[in-house]
Amino acid sequence: MSWAGRTGVRITGWTGERLLAAASRLTAPLTSPSTPDDYLGLLDPLLSARHPAGRVTAVRAEGPAAATLEIRPGRGWARHRAGQYLPVGVEIDGVRHWRTYSITSPPDAAGAPITITVKADPRGRVSPHLVHRTAPGTVLRLGPPQGEFTLPEPPPTRLLFVTAGSGITPVMGILRTLARRSPPAPDVVLLHSAPDPHQCLFHAELADLAARLPGLRLQLTYTRTDGRLTPDRIAGLCPDWRQRDAWVCGPAGLLTAVEGYWTAAGLRHRLRMERFRLTPVRPAGAEDTGGRVRFARTGTETDVPASATLLGSGETAGVVMPYGCRMGICHGCLVPLLDGQVRDLRTGEVHGEPGELIQTCVNGATGPLVLDL
Amino acid sequence: MATAVTAVPDKQVDLTEELGRELDRIRSEVVAARGADDARYIRTVITVQRGLETGGRLALAVSVLPPAWLAGTAMLTTAKILENMELGHNILHGQWDWMGDPAIHSTTWEWDFLSPADAWKRTHNHLHHTYTNVVGRDRDLGYTILRMSPEQPWYPVHLLQPLYNALLAPVFEWGIAAYDLEADTVAAGRKSVRSFLGDLAGLARKTVRQLAKDYVLFPLLAGPSAVPCLLGNLTANALRNVWAHTIIFCGHFPGDVQTFSEEQIDGETRGQWYLRQIQGSANIEGSPLFHVLTGNLSHQIEHHVFPDLPSNRYAEVAPQVRELCARHGLPYVTGPLHQQYASMWGRVLRHALP
Ligand SMILES: Cc1cc2nc3c(=O)[nH]c(=O)nc-3n(C[C@H](O)[C@H](O)[C@H](O)COP(=O)(O)OP(=O)(O)OC[C@H]3O[C@@H](n4cnc5c(N)ncnc54)[C@H](O)[C@@H]3O)c2cc1C
Ligand code: FES
Repeated sequence: MSWAGRTGVRITGWTGERLLAAASRLTAPLTSPSTPDDYLGLLDPLLSARHPAGRVTAVRAEGPAAATLEIRPGRGWARHRAGQYLPVGVEIDGVRHWRTYSITSPPDAAGAPITITVKADPRGRVSPHLVHRTAPGTVLRLGPPQGEFTLPEPPPTRLLFVTAGSGITPVMGILRTLARRSPPAPDVVLLHSAPDPHQCLFHAELADLAARLPGLRLQLTYTRTDGRLTPDRIAGLCPDWRQRDAWVCGPAGLLTAVEGYWTAAGLRHRLRMERFRLTPVRPAGAEDTGGRVRFARTGTETDVPASATLLGSGETAGVVMPYGCRMGICHGCLVPLLDGQVRDLRTGEVHGEPGELIQTCVNGATGPLVLDL
Repeated sequence: MATAVTAVPDKQVDLTEELGRELDRIRSEVVAARGADDARYIRTVITVQRGLETGGRLALAVSVLPPAWLAGTAMLTTAKILENMELGHNILHGQWDWMGDPAIHSTTWEWDFLSPADAWKRTHNHLHHTYTNVVGRDRDLGYTILRMSPEQPWYPVHLLQPLYNALLAPVFEWGIAAYDLEADTVAAGRKSVRSFLGDLAGLARKTVRQLAKDYVLFPLLAGPSAVPCLLGNLTANALRNVWAHTIIFCGHFPGDVQTFSEEQIDGETRGQWYLRQIQGSANIEGSPLFHVLTGNLSHQIEHHVFPDLPSNRYAEVAPQVRELCARHGLPYVTGPLHQQYASMWGRVLRHALP
């Protein structure tokens, strides 16, 4: 850790940020071709505005396989809206990996800590590292908050949240925001499914919220005893679901079923969904061989397997790729295609002509192709 | 002088391909092993470099005091050498791209050297490293103005090359910047006038920033120390240039290093490419600190064989490469700096004459 980290240099608040930005502009000709930001980032990574970072200030276990990380963001961090997520850059064995996590804390003043709650996927690369091997003091890189799985202002009068497993996280951010309001939440139903009470994230806090907030009705279901949540069960547990704006976050199976149900009822416009993982609609078939991708500007070449994204493969090959949500929503990852074709991993559709902007986070290779990066 | 790389018996070809496989194996071992320690290494060099640069600038701000001038110039020179070689050259090679850190990446790095990073990456990474020491293809072979091998045609102007090689050293960055414009390829019709003008504008913009910083802004800020500060900056740039020139020339042009013809690289295999890289480079022996200050280009052979492996790993693969060369009966040109330096000059002098 840098000395500034230990002594806790903190440049926060509007005036501090403005002063630092003005000083950076003034001294830029002296540090050319580097930037004042490069020097500030050496004093403390949190002072860098070009590569925003945050420092883990606390790690709280949430049962055996999950943890809440409290992160104090540094310069360049924008305030989020309840329900949004952020890209988190984690360095493991010298290599930076990016994953997105929902923000579970309510929006606060700039500089206030935010929290994310991560469930360790035992076969995953990043989540076990965050849950089991991240100590307070660790510096994480932060991308800008984003996503439309949010609460409109003013909130609708009747709300329904349906979540399963770690899908509770963005809803937790929304509930905590609603709980602080006066008067608090109007009329909220939360249906949450977990394997069993022990593995239910935020179990105690949810019970506490339900007791404190008269407008919140909490319904926990456990897959061990009750089986999975299905649209029919949702309708049974919340008979007035048609009158509510709905937010649903959980495994792909649940999302697909719910989307079909709401669409059939002509209510798709009242449904918001958040996907945690890109699931190929059409699994990689025999004809999908992936392909060799060349990055024209960097000269890098890499083999992209059939089910891998161009974004992830490019990053693994050491190319700095633009990205945002990493799940096909924000178009922050567009890169011009120079040659070859790509396959949309969500639909299986093969497309692409020279010059077309490709969403690298949801497209894979079909045969050799060249990207303008 | 070049060993026949193409017209060789089958047995020789097999051996060359075996050499290629062994080098590929060494490469993948390093790739698999690089990790947190390597990341820490490069970040430490960056921290030390920026610390030295800051210290040097501060000392030169009060450089009317002679000890401050000496300390400031020494720190700034060291900082500029580290920045140019262990950082700039190697980061622009993509040696650290695997970390996925956009702040230490070949696509985003810009260096404290006249030639803009993009122009240099094109002439250096692509042309020089692909066509190493191929007469007619590797423009680095004598940087188009020196005659470094008997295969290059002789003109009377080459009689003066010992003189202009000596003059080139202190202004090496200007030489490289001019060279990266590739005016000779425009004349030959291989580069469009338009892209030449674009490069020229890019170079002009960078030159203004570079000169403004070292020769206007810092001296002005130094107030009463303006003149010594300017002289300190000038000295640091000149010494960095002489050092870079020396290391680069000693890595490519000591007497025994070979050159190749375009016919020889026709249909070249990976093994043959490796062979050419080994025979086209020379190492310089020295202490660990010396290696860092040369940007590990003292391991020029390893650098040419593995241009994108992290530089801090060259020292550990060098004995393996050397042992491979011994086993395959290949020359492995190495020696202390003074010996390589004398040998390089011998070559400049020898080829000044027809
Ligand atoms: C908008 C959004 C919000 C999110 N919010 C949260 C949140 O709040 N909390 C949370 O815990 N997570 C959240 N996620 C999920 C999170 O981003 C990560 O995907 C998750 O933590 C797993 O990352 P990982 O690195 O551990 O796993 P990865 O290494 O990415 O692996 C994911 C899975 O793929 C499998 N896999 C990987 N490589 C292969 C292979 N070659 N072949 C076969 N299988 C393979 C692994 O076994 C693993 O099961 C969110 C995701 C999105 C998109
Ligand atoms: S990263 Fe958001 S669409 Fe690809």
